[in-house]
Amino acid sequence: MTNLLWVSATALLVLAFACLWRADVGPTIQDRLLAVNVAGTKAMAVLVLMAAIAGHAFLIDVAIVYALLNLVITLAATRYIESGRLRSESPADELPVRAEGPG
Amino acid sequence: MTPLLDVLAVVLLLVGLVFVLGGTLGLVRLPDLFSRAHATGKCDSVGVGSILLGVALLGGLQAGDLKLLLLLLLSLVSGPTTAHALARAGHRTGLPVWRRRDRGDA
Repeated sequence: MTNLLWVSATALLVLAFACLWRADVGPTIQDRLLAVNVAGTKAMAVLVLMAAIAGHAFLIDVAIVYALLNLVITLAATRYIESGRLRSESPADELPVRAEGPG
Repeated sequence: MTPLLDVLAVVLLLVGLVFVLGGTLGLVRLPDLFSRAHATGKCDSVGVGSILLGVALLGGLQAGDLKLLLLLLLSLVSGPTTAHALARAGHRTGLPVWRRRDRGDA
């Protein structure tokens, strides 16, 4: 059983390196983001497999944090690519930029 | 009872590996962003999802496996969301869509 888990984790790591190849050559920034996102998902699965192999339950918490970070990073980066800003779609909703200092 | 669950877990792990392999092949081989997001968005969430479910079923269901099911739910939500956000970003920034006549360069 542990052998199967080891084989799965190794296969996932090899496939994650294939994703990193796409992140290297991917012609557009969106391709690179997609590849990094998929590699992060695979790393999350590898963490879960390592938790099952070694019996360390805290690795599952690490995997949850990894998945959340992956989601937030990708959403923020795509939002920035799409509209050039992070907060909102329209410039009127932006927080006012303080151009003039006090005094 | 437990051997049946273990057999199911092994089958789920293998199915997950096959799906992840398919998604990665799509990511490496397909010609443009939209088809790559199409391949990985489905295959990756199904593949990683069934790997997580297989690990949760391994050795019978325990209380600690609840966290794995939570992680499964999170990855099932976040996979399609990120794929959609990436494809929308590509569409709104005007990425060219691959047509069949472009077949030479991909």
